[in-house]
Amino acid sequence: MQNTQDSKLHTQARRIRKDELAARNYRLAASFPLFLLLIMVVGFFLRTQPLLEHSSVWEILSGMQWRPSAGEFGLLTFISGTLSVTLLALLLAAPLCMLTSLFLVEYAKRRALTAILPAIDLLAGIPSVVYGVWGLLVIVPLVPQISSFVQPWLGSIPLFAANNPTGYSILSGGIVLAVMISPIIISVSIEVLRSVPDGLRHGSLALGATRWQTIKKVVLPRAMPGLIAAIVMGLSRAFGETLAVMMVVGNTPLIPRSIFDPGYPLTALIANNYGEMMSIPLYDSALMGAALLLLVIVIIFNLGAALVLIRANRRAQV
Amino acid sequence: MKKRWTLAHLEDRAMRTIMQLASLVLVGVLAAILVTIFIRGLPFLDLDLITKTPQGGFFLGGEGGILNAIVGSLLLAGGGTLLALFISLPIAFGINVYTGASRLASLLRMALDVLWGIPSLVYGAFGFTIMIAFGMRASLGAGILVLTLLQIPIMVRSMDEVMRMVPSELSQAAYSLGATRLEAAWSVLVRQALPGLVTAVLLAFGRGIGDAASVLFTAGFSDRIPTSLASPSASLPLAVFFQLGSPFPEVRGNGYATALVLTVLILFISMLSRFLARRLSRNVIR
Repeated sequence: MQNTQDSKLHTQARRIRKDELAARNYRLAASFPLFLLLIMVVGFFLRTQPLLEHSSVWEILSGMQWRPSAGEFGLLTFISGTLSVTLLALLLAAPLCMLTSLFLVEYAKRRALTAILPAIDLLAGIPSVVYGVWGLLVIVPLVPQISSFVQPWLGSIPLFAANNPTGYSILSGGIVLAVMISPIIISVSIEVLRSVPDGLRHGSLALGATRWQTIKKVVLPRAMPGLIAAIVMGLSRAFGETLAVMMVVGNTPLIPRSIFDPGYPLTALIANNYGEMMSIPLYDSALMGAALLLLVIVIIFNLGAALVLIRANRRAQV
Repeated sequence: MKKRWTLAHLEDRAMRTIMQLASLVLVGVLAAILVTIFIRGLPFLDLDLITKTPQGGFFLGGEGGILNAIVGSLLLAGGGTLLALFISLPIAFGINVYTGASRLASLLRMALDVLWGIPSLVYGAFGFTIMIAFGMRASLGAGILVLTLLQIPIMVRSMDEVMRMVPSELSQAAYSLGATRLEAAWSVLVRQALPGLVTAVLLAFGRGIGDAASVLFTAGFSDRIPTSLASPSASLPLAVFFQLGSPFPEVRGNGYATALVLTVLILFISMLSRFLARRLSRNVIR
């Protein structure tokens, strides 16, 4: 009797020890993401250091000349390429996605929503390179036609000027990215809209408001932070996309003035020059600086979105 | 009673029509992508393409196929997913079971969200720097390691979401019967969240197969099927990219067919994930 009691206690102690050991290991594992993030930022920063000793941050960010052999590493051309493609993608995707998710959640039948949701998730998983192939096959040939179509009306505005006979342009990149990120934005937005309690909608409708009034005054204010987070998710995907954009954007190192001009995003710069970067001093450092810039901007986006969400949650609780 | 038409009703009707149009355009374009890939890829798809490795001059329009890229992609994504699973599950447990609803947990979740948002090219560049520091060459092993880093945030965040959905009463019932946190985690939480965990793993696998920028410099490219972790490996997205850059129409055609193979693979993974999730949810207590 005494013996079994002892062994029982013994197993119990062993089980608790095991749990405590696991607690230590799992907590250690859980700190890995923070650790990785820190190492990436510090690592890229250290690799950029040689360039920063050579020229100032401002010179790099605002320099228009990219001539590695002459020791000039201005990133402005590439930053403007990235910004214009991303901005265009956002302008195209955000309104369309918001309208579509509102329609699917607020107006469409439940059955239509449950039928379309798996298809959207599936499209969100399609590799970006496939979107690039589609852009190359459909959008790039289409863009010169759009360009000549709008010239009579908008040709005098610099933003729509046609200086580029090919379809490899900011507009092509923007369209491909917009289409690529819309499944992600819609999928998250639908989730957000569905989390708005139905009671709020019913209350508004019962007071005689139309569906649109309900959306405008009740649903949207409540869902706004989540919708912003959805758009930021799409934004960071578009921002960092490499191959799909490289395939359609032209990769000409000029600051784009019109949406029909070619551009050269930061990601394309890194991807195109990786192989040869070791031969010229500081070249590698400059490309790492470009990667650091991408990293820092994505971190800022995400922290901003997280802050919006946290503040909204706090307000909702009060 | 006759319906009174006020401005509000007109506005409602108008917005409804605009939304319908927006949905039609977007759904139409997305459907058109799949149709385009199928129509342009199918004529170039034959048995040789998926059962042979590139023969001499394949990228000049010669004989052969893309078996090297298919096997390479499966090895890269498979290896990455396996490694990421071994790292992600402890992280998810660490956040969910051992950190609880504390401020630290939300900090960790935020870090994971940031990591999820980091462009795959940046992971590639990071991996490349590490490779150089250790004197490694572009290889299957290096590609797997970079994909692992890329997949961890996707896997952990999805696992974390599912684990949070499991009612805490279930774990508390296990505790009240004398189970330790570890035992409750493995026998209650994992079983209850299993369908979601499988979905998370397959989601990460799909991202791994489709990602190109991260393996561009770390896995390299090779016409041969990799024989060891140290040999370079081809991958499907890069095969598409390289073939489309060719001036030869036949090679570009093979590129379309390769994109089709990649798309079908992703569709298959997505359906498999749905099927498994439904199959496994039979063991879940509701």
